[in-house]
Amino acid sequence: MIVEKVKGLKYHKKQDVAIVGAGMTIFRRRLNETGKELSYYAVKQALEEAGLDISDIDMVVMGSAPDAFDGVHMKGEYLLDGAGGSNKPYMRVFVGGGTGVFAPIAGYWHVASGLADVCLVVTEEKMSSSHPHPQSAFKYIWDPILDRPLKPNLIWIFALEMRRYMHVHNIKHEDIALVSVKNKANALDHPAAQLAAKITVEDVLNSEPMALPVRRLDVSPPSDGASALIMVAPHIARQLTDEPVWVAGVGWSLDTTWWTNRDLYFPRYVAEAAKMAYKMAHITDPRKEIDVAEPYDPFDYKELHHMEGLGLAKKGEAPILTREGVTARDGDLPVCPSGGLLGVGNPIAATMGVKVAEIYWQLAYRAGKRQVPKEVTTGVAQAWGDLMQVGTVMVLSNKR
Amino acid sequence: MRVAVVGVGYSGFNANTPDLSWKEIMYEAAVRAYEDAGINPRKDVDSFVTCAEDFWEGFAIFDEFVPDQLGAVLKPTFTVTADFLHGIANAYMIIKSGLAEIAVVEAHSKASDIVTFGEVIKFAFDPIWLRPIGKAHPYYFAALEKSYYMSRRGYSDELFAEVVVKNKKHGRLNKDAPYSANVSVEDVLSSEAAFYPLRKLEIAERSDGAIVFVLANEQVAKELRDDPIWINGIGWWSETSNYDTMSFEAAYAKKAAEMAYKMAGITKPDKEIQLAEVDDRFAYKEVQHIEALGLAKKGEVEELMKSGYFDRKGELPVNVSGGNLSVGNLLEATGGQKALEVVLQLRGEAGRRQVDAEVGVAMSWRYIPTATGAVAVFSR
Repeated sequence: MIVEKVKGLKYHKKQDVAIVGAGMTIFRRRLNETGKELSYYAVKQALEEAGLDISDIDMVVMGSAPDAFDGVHMKGEYLLDGAGGSNKPYMRVFVGGGTGVFAPIAGYWHVASGLADVCLVVTEEKMSSSHPHPQSAFKYIWDPILDRPLKPNLIWIFALEMRRYMHVHNIKHEDIALVSVKNKANALDHPAAQLAAKITVEDVLNSEPMALPVRRLDVSPPSDGASALIMVAPHIARQLTDEPVWVAGVGWSLDTTWWTNRDLYFPRYVAEAAKMAYKMAHITDPRKEIDVAEPYDPFDYKELHHMEGLGLAKKGEAPILTREGVTARDGDLPVCPSGGLLGVGNPIAATMGVKVAEIYWQLAYRAGKRQVPKEVTTGVAQAWGDLMQVGTVMVLSNKR
Repeated sequence: MRVAVVGVGYSGFNANTPDLSWKEIMYEAAVRAYEDAGINPRKDVDSFVTCAEDFWEGFAIFDEFVPDQLGAVLKPTFTVTADFLHGIANAYMIIKSGLAEIAVVEAHSKASDIVTFGEVIKFAFDPIWLRPIGKAHPYYFAALEKSYYMSRRGYSDELFAEVVVKNKKHGRLNKDAPYSANVSVEDVLSSEAAFYPLRKLEIAERSDGAIVFVLANEQVAKELRDDPIWINGIGWWSETSNYDTMSFEAAYAKKAAEMAYKMAGITKPDKEIQLAEVDDRFAYKEVQHIEALGLAKKGEVEELMKSGYFDRKGELPVNVSGGNLSVGNLLEATGGQKALEVVLQLRGEAGRRQVDAEVGVAMSWRYIPTATGAVAVFSR
């Protein structure tokens, strides 16, 4: 028997959720600190910004991408005491590369369900323990029978995706390179940045070929780092700050394992995740209603790809908006004002610091030199991961 | 608004499953659960939760491989790197947050694919402080804990043998308990002291299986079936993952139980709970967990155990399914098997091993080297 259900989600949540503090370490290759120490630094900063003590924290959510990076089984358990999770309800959630925005989504439901009033979300990544390169950990993300014997690596499949995207919309590499130029320049204002630089389109096009069309400067670096976020119930937010930033919508979606069966030109999983988050946030026209965006940009074409998935541009329109300066920090729709993964670095799950935390800082007007000049009310952060497969989206707003 | 279990399905439990892949056992369990709940996963389920650890699976990002066989493609799906009961906690919160009306939780074990079990566990040890212990098998850490716990409480070795005898006997009534047996206290005590004072028969062997639950909010649950099983409370807790700072007395279980009991409004667990399924992957763990869950006072378990208090026909049956000692070590699906047994018992579908119970509790631990556990309270 199949019941007649599906009335649409009602969002009868127990309570609203606010963000009142965030912190992040610098992002670098081969930091001397262990993952536990990195987690500790990020947590300490977030607690200081919120004006809280670790004993005020009800529950802890951890986000960290594959255990293979560290060679540690049950990595969540290993990181537990560094992240302030000992003697607390502690939960590690995981959606591969999408974890950076997914962990705060899990933090959201810890508070929205009423089970916690103060939830600490910690994300950590230490990619440099992997020898000779984190790519060696990615050997084990493929289907063991159909994919692994081909010895693929990630740059190789993203080259396929980038080429497909360029082909369908007839996009030139020059236009894609502009994203790298913009983000690396934005990162000059980020104190945690790893690869901030003033570069030109020519620099990108003349950089070392990795797997064409992907060149060295099209790609974000592997990094170590951690970030933290404090999510609280309204009655706690009131005590801590006059200007909390509210979680307006969350969404996530996981596509089929068979990435070879997808048309790679458009990220449907991001579109599905965005649909869920926008519905919850009552957003019907994202291009008009979103003031600032942090889409996931591990590759320069990915920012464009994800802008289209998020409905911030029509299909094939994102490179045009970029060329016209719409996505610049002082543009009409600032995209990756933090400097993104291309400029600040890409410690997979810890990119929460340049995605959700950045939008929080922008909406709280605490982004310092990175603050976008326009007035902002609503922002969106997004991450992506697995086998070009998962989209995670969070919409924040400084109006309740 | 309450949250209920409206469908359960499982595949297994077997000592090994050479004929089916882990995807196939997940599919079997999922199809049975959807059939049980009377739902269509593609149309009706709002969110999917899976529970898995990469190293158990032999993948770097295992959550890539879960959506297809669950019917979860292009749906809100994610993985919890923890036990099934942690997965239940997330699904519970997702429903309570209004993000979903119907949520599905999955966990599985394909332990028979693991060639070097002890070596995989060692990868969970701190790489600097603990991993260099050389060739010692990680079970020695359980042996240390047992040793400490015995001397602390003054329990005799017969108590742990009694646990093995009871659970392996319970498993004889469960067709899905590959390690059930008729053994005596003498058999246990004379089995090889492989990790002294831990004997071979006190250690649960590994097995394969998958469990899928369908959870729904109160309104939908009542529409779906007349006998939903309510989740009255859920709790989870972590001490630390360092052997030098953990309590060795299952404080994780005590704290997780406190959280779940508070939510369920239970003040006298030994009176209000009629059925318990607790982690018994080492026989001494069952005793620790009985105490931690407040089902007996500290130091009193030996007397009660010997009097048959925790037997299937006793006052407070513990591990009627046969527990891990009969069903096997199901890795992250361990809590799933516990919760499954409680739900089947409360529904009156436990067949020959049926007991009379209104309120039951399921408890899991995340195995060596963790001090992390979760507790769920279910009622009719």
